[in-house]
Amino acid sequence: MDAQTIIARRVAQELRSGNLVNLGIGIPTLVANYVPEGLKVFFQSENGLIGTGPIPEQGMAHPLLTDAGGKSISALPGAATFDSAMSFGLIRGGHVDITVLGGLQVDSSGRLANWMIPGKMVPGMGGAMDLVSGAKHVIVAMQHAAKGKSKIVGKCNLPLTSERPVDLVVTDMAVIAFPGGKITLMETAPGVTVAEVLAVTEADLAISDKVPEMRF
Amino acid sequence: MKSVSVEEAVALIPNGAIVMVGGFMGVGTPERLLDELVRQKKSGLSLISNDAAVPGKGVGKLFDGAQVSRMIGTHIGLNPKAQQQMLTKQTAIDLIPQGTFVERIRAGGCGLGGVLTPTGVGTLVEDGKQKIDVNGKTYLLETALRADFALVHAFLADYLGNLTYALTARNFNPVMAMAADTVIVTAEHIVPVGVIAPDHVVTPGPLVDYLVANG
Repeated sequence: MDAQTIIARRVAQELRSGNLVNLGIGIPTLVANYVPEGLKVFFQSENGLIGTGPIPEQGMAHPLLTDAGGKSISALPGAATFDSAMSFGLIRGGHVDITVLGGLQVDSSGRLANWMIPGKMVPGMGGAMDLVSGAKHVIVAMQHAAKGKSKIVGKCNLPLTSERPVDLVVTDMAVIAFPGGKITLMETAPGVTVAEVLAVTEADLAISDKVPEMRF
Repeated sequence: MKSVSVEEAVALIPNGAIVMVGGFMGVGTPERLLDELVRQKKSGLSLISNDAAVPGKGVGKLFDGAQVSRMIGTHIGLNPKAQQQMLTKQTAIDLIPQGTFVERIRAGGCGLGGVLTPTGVGTLVEDGKQKIDVNGKTYLLETALRADFALVHAFLADYLGNLTYALTARNFNPVMAMAADTVIVTAEHIVPVGVIAPDHVVTPGPLVDYLVANG
């Protein structure tokens, strides 16, 4: 199983029936492919849709029905569309149960940086700051390290997305949470040892009493 | 409400105008008005738009010809030309959170001075802004945003200017239709009065100044 699949499948285990869920672009988008069978969740696309369905079959795309990246999607029966004020009212107002976002860095206080690298990459924050500030539960889905450098750091040196700490970080090596405000290793990916996680993690991880392998 | 040609509509917009444009990654953008802004070579525009779309699509067309001197938006990551123009300081681009962007426009259209939002507290976004505590929680004061012109794309427009929108092409359009001195609309279909039921009207006709004729 490749890194992205491990992350997406593990994040999908966090979904509960009836949840309103917003998936960011990149790895988070893949989570929709691994929703456990029988679970009914509502996916929001922040450009104004609840009830996002799969990519339409060839020839069935509608030019006025797209995701937040401008790509064609479908709408499931029971879907609802609305304007951007409503869409961000849902997000900031605490009506979104779970948001899954990509990350550049998460630090030991749980703070996320995911929207710019000064001088290099300045795409803009889009909806990320509102999602992290307002969703009930924030999950970061990202690779554990990039170019050999830990993305789980002591303190973010990239600009923060929000002062509100995230709830869960799922990487290709580990699941990390913040019980009592302390950054803690909760699970490891299949075949990865605790020692291997610690060796590639810059932040000072506490280790949960039990550190099982991820299940999905 | 007056029905006009696309040439007449764009001729109303002077160089240097502040122009709000609906759409999200070019979906729900009044493409015919954008094409005509390019053809009439309007320059020095201050653009208020969620994103810069991609080159050749939506407001991306304005960056192809370097017609934008200033932009307020939330994301330009999929338009390399807009990024380039920002990095070379050819275009001053102010990137703000999307929920803040739409609420500032909503405030502008609704007669409010601004809104208080928790988004951006403790980040670069709070620089230079007033922080206000309400019931123990800290908010940023984000001021209202208005434009000289709003360029709006609807699904149905009737002869009075009542508008409906389709699927994800609604996005910022109805909010922007409230927040500009002059509102210019294109629609997929223009229909007789009565076809749009009162309960289905999203933007009431009196908000629309000009409807661009189809065909």
